[in-house]
This record gives sequence, C-alpha cells and structure tokens, in this order.
Amino acid sequence: MENVQRHGYDVVVIGAGGAGLRAAIEARLAGARTAIISKSLFGKAHTVMAEGGAAAAMGNVNSNDSWQVHFRDTMRGGKFLNNVRMAQLHAQEAPERIWELESYGALFDRTPDGKISQRNFGGHEYPRLAHVGDRTGLELIRTLQQKIVSLQQEDFAGSGSYDSRLRVFDETTITDLLVTDGAVAGAFGYVRQTGELIRFEAPAVVLATGGIGRSYRVTSNSWEYTGDGHALALRAGGQLINMEFLQFHPTGMVWPPSVRGILVTESVRGDGGVLTNSEGRRFMFDYIPEVFRDYYAQAPEEADRWYTDPDNHGRPPELLPRDEVARAINAEVKAGRGTPAGGVYLDVSSRLSAEVIRRKLPSMYHQFRELADVDITKQPMEVGPTCHYVMGGVEVDAETTATASVFGLFAAGEVTGGMHGANRLGGNSLSDLLVFGKRAGEHAAAHAAAAARSPVADADLATAAETALVPLERSGGENPYALQQELQSVMGNLVGIIRRGSELAEALEKLAELRERVAKVGAPGGRAYNPAWHLALDLRHMLVVSECTARAALQREESRGGHTREDFPAMNPAWRQVNLVCSVPGDHAEVRVTRQPVPAMPPDLAALFQPDELAKYLTPEELKDPTDAH
Amino acid sequence: MHTRTFQIWRGDVHDGGLADYQVEVNEGEVVLDVIHRLQATQAPDLACRWNCKAGKCGSCSVEINGRPRLACMTRMSTFEPDATVTVTPLRSFPVIRDLVTDVSYNYTKARETPAFAPPPELAPGQYRMQQRDVQRSQEFRKCIECFLCQTVCHVVRDHDENKPAFAGPRLFIRAAELSMHPLDDRTDRAAHAAREQGIGYCNITKCCTEVCPEHIRITDNAIIPMKERVADRRYDPLVWLGRRILRRDQMVEQYVSSTAATPTGSGHWTPAPLAGAFEQALEVPPPQAAPVGPDGKLPLSETLLDRAGAASPFGDDVSFPVPAEDLRYVHPDSV
Ligand SMILES: Cc1cc2nc3c(=O)[nH]c(=O)nc-3n(C[C@H](O)[C@H](O)[C@H](O)COP(=O)(O)OP(=O)(O)OC[C@H]3O[C@@H](n4cnc5c(N)ncnc54)[C@H](O)[C@@H]3O)c2cc1C
Ligand code: SF4
Ligand code: SF4
Ligand code: FES
Repeated sequence: MENVQRHGYDVVVIGAGGAGLRAAIEARLAGARTAIISKSLFGKAHTVMAEGGAAAAMGNVNSNDSWQVHFRDTMRGGKFLNNVRMAQLHAQEAPERIWELESYGALFDRTPDGKISQRNFGGHEYPRLAHVGDRTGLELIRTLQQKIVSLQQEDFAGSGSYDSRLRVFDETTITDLLVTDGAVAGAFGYVRQTGELIRFEAPAVVLATGGIGRSYRVTSNSWEYTGDGHALALRAGGQLINMEFLQFHPTGMVWPPSVRGILVTESVRGDGGVLTNSEGRRFMFDYIPEVFRDYYAQAPEEADRWYTDPDNHGRPPELLPRDEVARAINAEVKAGRGTPAGGVYLDVSSRLSAEVIRRKLPSMYHQFRELADVDITKQPMEVGPTCHYVMGGVEVDAETTATASVFGLFAAGEVTGGMHGANRLGGNSLSDLLVFGKRAGEHAAAHAAAAARSPVADADLATAAETALVPLERSGGENPYALQQELQSVMGNLVGIIRRGSELAEALEKLAELRERVAKVGAPGGRAYNPAWHLALDLRHMLVVSECTARAALQREESRGGHTREDFPAMNPAWRQVNLVCSVPGDHAEVRVTRQPVPAMPPDLAALFQPDELAKYLTPEELKDPTDAH
Repeated sequence: MHTRTFQIWRGDVHDGGLADYQVEVNEGEVVLDVIHRLQATQAPDLACRWNCKAGKCGSCSVEINGRPRLACMTRMSTFEPDATVTVTPLRSFPVIRDLVTDVSYNYTKARETPAFAPPPELAPGQYRMQQRDVQRSQEFRKCIECFLCQTVCHVVRDHDENKPAFAGPRLFIRAAELSMHPLDDRTDRAAHAAREQGIGYCNITKCCTEVCPEHIRITDNAIIPMKERVADRRYDPLVWLGRRILRRDQMVEQYVSSTAATPTGSGHWTPAPLAGAFEQALEVPPPQAAPVGPDGKLPLSETLLDRAGAASPFGDDVSFPVPAEDLRYVHPDSV
C-alpha cells in the first residue's frame, strides 16, 4: 500500500475554528499531547467571518441581564426544541469564557466605565453581544490562535520544540475516522499541499468542523462548509439530530451577483437600519407573530423611541428572530414588492449620520464600498435570505460533549446539534464555540488519559486510502464542479427556506441519482494541491448530509424555527416533543431517520417562563406537569 | 457578459509559466469569480487558495498585473475593457503549485514574537480599559494575515537571505499592538522589534501600507512609533545614514547572512542552506537604530512624498497594471 504518514497523539481536534482551537487549548492545558487539523491555513477558519458578536450575559450595559434571561431568550429563539441542559450551561458559562479571552489578549470594544461593551441583537432581550466593531469572529480566532502560539512558546522554552505538545496540521483534510469495535482509534486524511496520505492515532477525537452551507448556492459560508464532520460522525456510527433546521440569514447581499450571499450583519438592524419594500413601506410591522406581540413595537414611532429608551418601548420588528425576518422578506418578494435583484432594501443611510455609520459598522462600510461600489452612508442595500447556519448536527452529551455511540468521539461548535434547537440566536454561536469547545477539550483529555488506545485495523486503513485516491485514478469520471452545482440547485430549489412535501420527495429522488454519479466522480491532475480532487472527496460528505436534511425535513410536518413547510404552516406542540435522529446503518445504505423524545425541561427552568408563554409551545398534557413529559 | 484573456501562472517549484485562457466575465464579478469559473470549465486542477470570498480571511492573496492583491476584492470593472489580466503567485514566498505559495515564513515569525503577557494582578473579568486606549491596538488587530505587506516589502522581496533577520511589517504591527496594549505586562516590545525582528532594516518605503487591504497605517501608526520607541533608548547618530527617501534603484542593498544574524539557541527561522548564497553574503550590517532628528521624531511623513501612499517597491516609474507583454514572471527559486 501507499506510504502513509503516521502521527500519534492523545487528543486529535479536527477543525481550527473557534470550537476546535478552544478545545485544543483546554486539552493541552490538561496535559494531553494535542493535534489540531484544519483544511485551510491556521487562523483562516470560517469563524473569522462572524461579525456581530458573542453573546454572554455579563450585564455590562444593562445590569438586569443574567444567565436566566439569556437561557430564556435562547429557548424562545430555538422554539423550545433546544437541549435544555446545553442551553443552560451555555448561558451560565459564556461570561467566563469571554473574560478569559481578555487574558489571552483580546481587545473588545469598551463601555464608558471600561468594561466590555455589549450590543443589541435580534432575539436578545438586553444588549448582550461582546463585540469588536463588526469583526468579532476575527478577534476570536486571532486571540485563540495567539494563545496557542503562546502555549507553543512555553513548550519551546521547556523542550526546545514548538510542536512538542500542541501541533497544528494546517491544510490537511480528514476523510475518514478510524473506529475499531465502536471506539475511536484515529483519523485518516491527506495533506493538501502535497497530496500525501496521513493518519493520526489517538484515543480521543474532537470534531469541530463547522457547518454544511456549501450545499446551497446562495450561502454566506466558506468552501470549508461541506459538512465533513457531520458525515464523518455518521459513517463512524454516530447520530445527527435536528438536521431539518437550517438558518437562512435574512439579510445577505443580493446585488451585485458576485457577492451574492455575503452577509449584512444584523447589527445594521440593531443600530437602527430599517427594511423597506419597493413601495417604500416598512413592512416588518405586518409580520410580528402572536408569540412576540408583547415585546415588539406596533408602529414606527414607538420603535424609534426604543433605541434611546428600551425599557419603556417595544422593540423595532426588524430585530425579530432571523427566521421571522427571512420569511417576511421572502413573502414580500413573492408578492412582487421586491427589488429588481429579488431582495428588499435595508437602509441605514437615512437613519444615522455618515460618521456614525462609519464608526459603528466599519467593515460593512468598507466591504460594500470595495466589493459593490455601494456607499451605505448614502444609499440603501439590497438584501435577501442566504443559507447561513445549520442548527442540526452531531448528538452529544451536554456535560462532556461526548457522542453516545462512538467511544472517544467528541464534538463541539456548529457541527453539533441540540444547543440551538430549531433556530439559533445571533451571537449564540461564538459563545457556544467557547463554552463547549472548552468542555470538549477538557473531557477529551480526561478520556485520553483514562481510556486504552484502540489499534487501527489494517483493513480500515486500506479502505480509507483507496476511497481517497480513487477519484484521481478514474479517467473520464464525472466533473466534480458540475456535480456540486447540481447538488446546490437541488438543495436550493427543493430544500430551501420554504419547503413542500412533494418537493422534498423529489429532492430525495434527485439526491439518489446524484449519489450514483458522485460514486463515479473523477479528478484530473496530480496530487499536489489539486482542488478538483479535494472537491471530489468533499462531495461524498455533502451528499449524505444533504440527504439527512431532506429526509428529516420531509418527516417533520410542521413549521418551526429554521424549518418552514408551506403545507404545514403552523407550529405543532406535539412535534416539539420529537427530535428526528439521522444515522447510516451499515455501509452504503440510505440515511435512516428515527424519532426520539426531546428531554423535558426541569421545573426550576420551566419556572423562568410565564405559564401563558409555555402554553404557546407545550401540549396541554405537558403543561399539567411539565416534569413527567419524559 | 463578455470574454476576456487571462494569463495565469501555472506550475510548481520545478517548472512553470504563464498560461493563456479565454474566459467569460459577467458584470459585477471579481477576479476570484473568474478563477472559479476557470476551475469549473477549463482548468479543474488550477490551485488557488480562498476561503471567505468577502475580504475577511486573507487567503486569496495573489499578484494581479504585478501588484499584490486579494483576488476576492479585485473587481473586474477596475480593468480596462480589453486588457489582459495576469495573475501570478506571491513573489516572496516559495511556490507550491500555481497560485498557492508556502507562507510558513510568516507563521514562523509569528511564533518568535512573544505573546501577550497578562497582568498578573488582574483576574479574568477584572480588566478595565478605555475605548480610546484600546483603539490604537485595535487598528492592528484588524489584520487579516493576508501577507500582502510581507510579500511587497523589498527587504525580503527577492532577498531570501534577509528572511532570518527580518520579521516583516505584519509582525511589526503585532509588536506595536502589544506595545500599545493598555494592560500588556511586558515592557520590551520595542527592544524586541529592534533586536529580534529587524525593524532597523525597514527604511519606511510605505509599500506595506499601500497594499494593505484593511487600510492599516502600518508605517505611520506602527513602524514609525516603534522605531521612535527604540530610538528613545538607543539613539545613535552614527548609524544615521541619510534623511532622504531613496528610490529602490538608488538604494544601497543590505544583505544579511542567516548564519551571522541568527542569535544562537533562540529558535529562529533558519532556512535550509542555499547553495552558493552564503559565500557571497556580505558582512552583516547591524540593524540600524531609527534615524530620528533632535526632536526624537523621524523626519518622514506622508507630506514629504509627492504622491499619496508609499513609494513603489517596483520603482516609481512603474505604473499598474503592467502591460501583459512586459510581465516576464519567473518565480524566484527560493527554498
Ligand atoms: C458571515 C457569518 C457571520 C456570522 N456572524 C456570527 C456572529 O456575529 N455571532 C455568532 O455567534 N456567530 C456568527 N456566525 C456563525 C459562526 O461564525 C459559526 O457558527 C462558527 O464560527 C462556527 O465555528 P466552528 O468552530 O464550529 O467551525 P469553523 O470556524 O467553521 O471551523 C471549522 C474548521 O474545521 C476545519 N475542517 C472542516 N472539515 C475538515 C476536515 N474534513 N478535515 C480537517 N479539518 C476540517 C476547517 O478547516 C476549519 O478549520 C456567523 C457566520 C457567518 C457565515
Ligand atoms: S515600510 Fe517598506 S521597508 Fe518598511 S516594512 Fe513596509 S514595505 Fe518593508
Ligand atoms: S497588515 Fe494588512 S497587508 Fe499586512 S497581513 Fe495584515 S491585513 Fe495583510
Ligand atoms: S477569500 Fe477570504 S480574503 Fe479573499
């Protein structure tokens, strides 16, 4: 067989975004020899794109804030489908995780009394997002990256080698997990620069590979988002939950075409931007759902007063949770009140002075000017829904982030499911990465210290190597780029923001056809840095993950959060009790979807909500005694 | 929609050259869109880094018509309608394949820059800083690590032999950022910049500032203040060579041999020996202290230049885009 580089570690973290880096830091601090693997260069992971901020109830701007309120907002946003324990831990631990970043060198924007400033964001009751202008994700990644460097410097001082206890394998892609008798033995992949094959052996593996957005054409996500971690977990015997829930960001750029999908951060709305249709109407007032009536302004005058006096006025409806805003825009465009490019207008220019816009939204201003020749201080933007975030993912234990079905497999970040329920609030992802990244690193290190190493089976290795190399050897195979485009149009047209049963069924047929064709994909060219080959291998992941989404979406006959069924437009409390679980039993089989009860909310947490609010989500039986639901 | 001629450097360490493509271009597209179209239609294995396609990650750095730029932020509408667009890899780094180069030099230098030292007396959550005090460092933290400034800097562009002793503008702003951080516990940032990072080799041509896609004022806000901080401590008029800004063709080139410049045992970047290079290396000039005047300030400012931004590393008589037929791109055979 081919020569395969071989590396042994205690903990292997797949992914160098916020979750992966935080996990690696914790594992190394716990004494584990740790490897970080990333498809792109160190410090370039998708997390750099996050703009708005990281949610943490520090109460720096409004001291009424607390973890309980943050928890409550998270559950409301997730339409009560969240894993309650994850939502609780997240709200409780986020402030510490943010403060810790300051001791790594992060420089957040400040309040007048010198604390970390916090900004308003859709779905959050109080100003809660720690931020740095609109480049918070970059600050987070850079801070964690520099913390890793500082740990490496300590190791260098101690051992003479920077890599002795914490090593970054950048531009390295994992294509398969190695699992022996239900326990993690390691991971297998290739080095992008050379095309060499590489294997890692470790008793604990942390998946932190992010999301799946590249299965859609209009997406804010980077090329890395091909659902690798989701697919790796599935193939290793793990389970995915909530895969039907995808967040479409309401405001992606729709013009000019080359930047379609790039996000206009929510803070444009938080800082006063308004949405109008082609008739000039501020239409969001027409779309405030019943459950939110009490919290939002009914008319523009009240909404405008909220910016200066939030305690006594309803919030502007532009700050409704994202799915509501996305759906409203979709409805306006469908009703023929959209812009020429198929979006609506988002305007700050008439609301804030040019100087304030430039200071508050520097990178938005910069991006629009350089990319689109649009001056947002002078003219409105054209925006529309964009595939942005996947709520679904690997099912993990809230405390340890361990998967139940694969011994030694952990996961954190966007690749996991449950934390955000049916919809994620803006800002809750960055804090999720930190809270559960830390937990993943800590528990993976503990696992590695206690568990025996499983041997890698030679047969598994040979299969993994063959799977990786076969597209290169197949001459005249299917073009990977064309296949990706077809997959994207199937997903965009049939499994998009608004779904129908018949279309989902059609999507499944088309995905089955594509599966046959992806099995025949060929990549011309050599092994060194060959993007066609890379894409050919990613397609396998994208396909199985897309199938999960389509199957789960077909089964869930209701609309909730990031899943909207035109044929079942209402939320159904009976469905709130159900998680759809995807798995792939045996090789090459179809994705199987099973139902699993959602864990019930403990009474102390249920007591944080008004009974009439709970009544909007829970079934009458659950309301009688929420504790004995399951 | 129309068709355009693209010239793209294809090859690897061993061999390579410009390849011509005729490719469709649509309204509103950027160079990276066109590269993607080439991959999908004509050149599936054309290697090019990218990630965000939004100017946020700094992956897609290439040289377009000879000028270092982000491919995702270069609008096609900025070129003359019929002009050929030439895309080549970053010149200062060893090529891996096509447009992808080995940028590990930058990561190595980053590792050698001491990290933030948290104030020992403060627990996390107790940090208090004023916005006006963090703002200066925040400017430098905008850096997306595209390394365009690193590739354009003449100290290392075509001078691999200077790399061991010179960290480059990206790392100068890192040193400045830490030096200006209100709570950083170390006081030797400027000294480190002089001693270990080779800030003395910088003669403030401002090319780095000119190419920075984040518009960080690398020279004015980081390098010059850092040089002045160094000078506060080590002002030595003898090493002050001249107050003029020299064009590249007028400049005395400085060569540094890695053997002489690498302080022993501190884990510095040491390249594999270059055949024949060291024998010819001249005596190593010591890094120069900043050429400050009696007022303790450097005499340079943007007002002294006859143009906005910096002097061009290509010589001021070269203007961009360089006509395609004049671009004789040969990647330097670096390590
Ligand atoms: C434009 C935009 C704006 C956003 N704004 C916000 C915001 O304001 N607030 C907020 O909270 N959230 C925001 N989000 C969401 C948030 O950025 C992401 O959910 C989060 O960054 C995901 O981080 P992660 O650590 O899970 O994964 P990532 O940062 O995506 O990292 C994934 C890592 O896994 C690696 N990887 C993937 N597959 C493999 C493989 N097969 N082998 C090896 N390595 C692999 C990748 O190279 C990468 O290093 C935003 C997202 C986008 C797109
Ligand atoms: S000013 Fe010129 S010499 Fe100095 S770092 Fe920048 S590019 Fe290099
Ligand atoms: S300072 Fe500017 S040019 Fe240099 S790496 Fe950072 S962003 Fe790029
Ligand atoms: S692709 Fe991220 S900066 Fe160009």
